[in-house]
Amino acid sequence: MTQTNRLNATFAALADPTRRAILARLARGQAGVLELAKPFSMSQPAISKHLIVLERAGLISRGRDRQRRPRRLSPKPLAEATNWLERYREFWEGNFQRLDALLDEMKVQEKTRRRKNVRRKQQ
Amino acid sequence: MTETTGVKITTPGDQEIVIRREFNAPRRLVFEAYTKPELLKRWLLGPPGWEMVVCEVARKAGDRYRYEWRNAEGTQFGLGGVCREFARPERIVCTELMDGYPNESLVTTVLVEQSGRTTLITTCLYESREVRDMVIKSGMESGVEASYKRLDDLFATGQVQEATSAS
Repeated sequence: MTQTNRLNATFAALADPTRRAILARLARGQAGVLELAKPFSMSQPAISKHLIVLERAGLISRGRDRQRRPRRLSPKPLAEATNWLERYREFWEGNFQRLDALLDEMKVQEKTRRRKNVRRKQQ
Repeated sequence: MTETTGVKITTPGDQEIVIRREFNAPRRLVFEAYTKPELLKRWLLGPPGWEMVVCEVARKAGDRYRYEWRNAEGTQFGLGGVCREFARPERIVCTELMDGYPNESLVTTVLVEQSGRTTLITTCLYESREVRDMVIKSGMESGVEASYKRLDDLFATGQVQEATSAS
């Protein structure tokens, strides 16, 4: 897969809340299908379908234990997607920090204006 | 003094990017900073070295708007569109077309005020997942050199956690 295709697969896999919850669970350690199905009111085949999507996106892999076939996170594609989002985030945070400073200035100006108005009324 | 927390970017669906940020100011001021050219020019700049050279704003629904930026090397970038809703001081809905991109997006900005603080929620809705991802990619390419973030950070920053707990 090219990097763009892989990222598309990653974002598609991450778009679903159940799949994000599965990833969040696997971030704490590997787990079998039954264990992963537990917090959801979903059948095991339904969970297995989500696991297949995650597997195809390269986000998870299967462990060695033949009987349990525990799933675990494959950190690389997720980190790649995060890296993209992280840079996009930094781009906006730069803008918003300038806006923070501007808003502080606007608050001070507003206060000064009010004080002047009050004084004018008192005179 | 309460600290403002950083911006949160999430991709809750295939075609969206949601930008969420809290500001330590009432929303009438945030709305002003978002809609007045002399104020917009001071913060909506992107990577260092860029200057906003055109800032034609919308003042009511139906108005067109146009923003252009230029850097020291003379490279130019712009975007514009039509304002669909303009509700001071809480909501703006605009179409957005970036120069060089084939597809328009719909950008909805909502300002929610609580105890003098404002939460800004901007939802950018794109035609398809491919277009959405292209925009994220261009955000990445626009300069800022980010350090490689470990997987743990995804959960630490709440990008995944937040989406999970909301479901």
